[in-house]
Amino acid sequence: MSAPLAAPLAGSVDIDRRMSPRLVLSRVVALCVVELQKLSHDRSELLTRAVQPALWLIVFGVTFTKLHAIPTGGVPYLDFLAPGVLAQSVLFISIFYGIQIIWERDAGVLAKLMVTPTPRAALVAGKAFAAGVRGLAQAVVVYLIAELLGVHFTVNPARLLGVVAVVLLGAAFFCCLSVTIAGLVLSRDRMMGIGQAIMMPLFFASNALYPVSLMPQWLQWINHVNPLSYQVEALRGLLIGTPARLWLDFGVLILATAVGIAAASGLLGRLAR
Amino acid sequence: MTEASAVEVRGLRYAFGDTTAVDGVELTVCQGEIFGLLGPNGAGKTTTIRAITALLPVPPGTISVFGLDVARRRMAVRRLIGYVPQQLSADSGLTGVENVSLFARLFDVPRRQRRARVDEALAMMGLTEAAGRLAKTYSGGMIRRLELAQALVSSPRLLILDEPTIGLDPVARASVWERVGAVRAETGMTVLLTTHYMEEAEQSCDRVALMHRGRLGTLGTPRELIDGLGIPGGTLDDVFRAYSGGSLDDDGQKGIRDVRATRRTAGRLG
Repeated sequence: MSAPLAAPLAGSVDIDRRMSPRLVLSRVVALCVVELQKLSHDRSELLTRAVQPALWLIVFGVTFTKLHAIPTGGVPYLDFLAPGVLAQSVLFISIFYGIQIIWERDAGVLAKLMVTPTPRAALVAGKAFAAGVRGLAQAVVVYLIAELLGVHFTVNPARLLGVVAVVLLGAAFFCCLSVTIAGLVLSRDRMMGIGQAIMMPLFFASNALYPVSLMPQWLQWINHVNPLSYQVEALRGLLIGTPARLWLDFGVLILATAVGIAAASGLLGRLAR
Repeated sequence: MTEASAVEVRGLRYAFGDTTAVDGVELTVCQGEIFGLLGPNGAGKTTTIRAITALLPVPPGTISVFGLDVARRRMAVRRLIGYVPQQLSADSGLTGVENVSLFARLFDVPRRQRRARVDEALAMMGLTEAAGRLAKTYSGGMIRRLELAQALVSSPRLLILDEPTIGLDPVARASVWERVGAVRAETGMTVLLTTHYMEEAEQSCDRVALMHRGRLGTLGTPRELIDGLGIPGGTLDDVFRAYSGGSLDDDGQKGIRDVRATRRTAGRLG
């Protein structure tokens, strides 16, 4: 019985001087599996987190649809709003990961993960896509609520696959943004405040609630550099068929995620010290 | 030295801002021994451990683990190390099996062996029956043993335990030492641990080093150190007092970061 535990893994010593894509992928899978396992043990969180998007859709969406106050180019306002609310609920989940990583630092979990043969970028990527997995579970709930309210989302599998990709990328970017901020502020209390302080501006300075053309000029500028807008545009294009620059949207999201992973992993050492 | 070394530390210094946490530590941990790093809170034990695990940047040539330079071969060194931090850090939202499986994955245990290795690690820690339960239902002692299972699933050559029994009741403490001793006896694994429970160190460690204010006070087998003191019926506690000036507390070293948030799950002193 002692033999397998006594012997180190054969030939394992020299395989990871550089970060290989296979290694990154295996770490991402490991951390996503953990996220799914946690979700399966506590499904109540899916429901409690569904309250806020449900309110946005049922109260705000239904009311503004009746008012016809927002020009959406012939699309019912609820249909226009639903992809924005979906993006928002994914954003709220991802921003929580910065607080979580500080909690993990305080609890010794982060040090334990960082002492495994896992490059920092792979660890951050793993966390980011774990946020994506959770975001995806939430997206399913929001999709169902919207369907129940009569929103006509696409059922085209190719488009839905695109939606999955957008949700994963969006969640991954905002998770990295949040971990980056955590790496700068280093304290849970400050992180909670900042989390709140950036979530709403990101949401309001995006096209989630209203078309860009309605915004004042200064807000339009912010909107142009806000990845949430590209995420919403892609979701809207894929889910309800409004015009979208999908190549640009995906390009921005992929680039933002890559930059986010680089920034967050660069600051991870600060958290571990 | 007759045995090859597991860990070599040469002239390790580390400062957090103006506070020098470790100031010129030199030590060698031999292969297969249980080595205890003792000292009061803030002595620099955890900082030394964090340097050995490459969590803190150290200059090349300062630390080597099984002949690998920690500064240059960080990932390779980590493959050889199983690490249990001071805090009770198992994930309470996962079952025992899931907690251990995560570490099997992170250490690239081949998929075909994974389940067997996870079960074996849990069995070694006496957690087979509790393996399917969420860790939030575990007692403190069980969580610590679960963490040992997490650290052992990758078959490390060096097991690093930072205050493994802090905050546990006497029965759980005895059980942790018993399991660590059994693993060492079975596998010949090297164990490096920190503690400030002198009695436990005296019973469990082959050799100990006493740290105080970032420096190494003395190093040897518990017997050697006690005999060297020349007090009839003396204990390691007396040695500790002799080297740390009688005080178990921080005496002015409170700024050191390794004490910062780490004692939340545990009593400050046993």
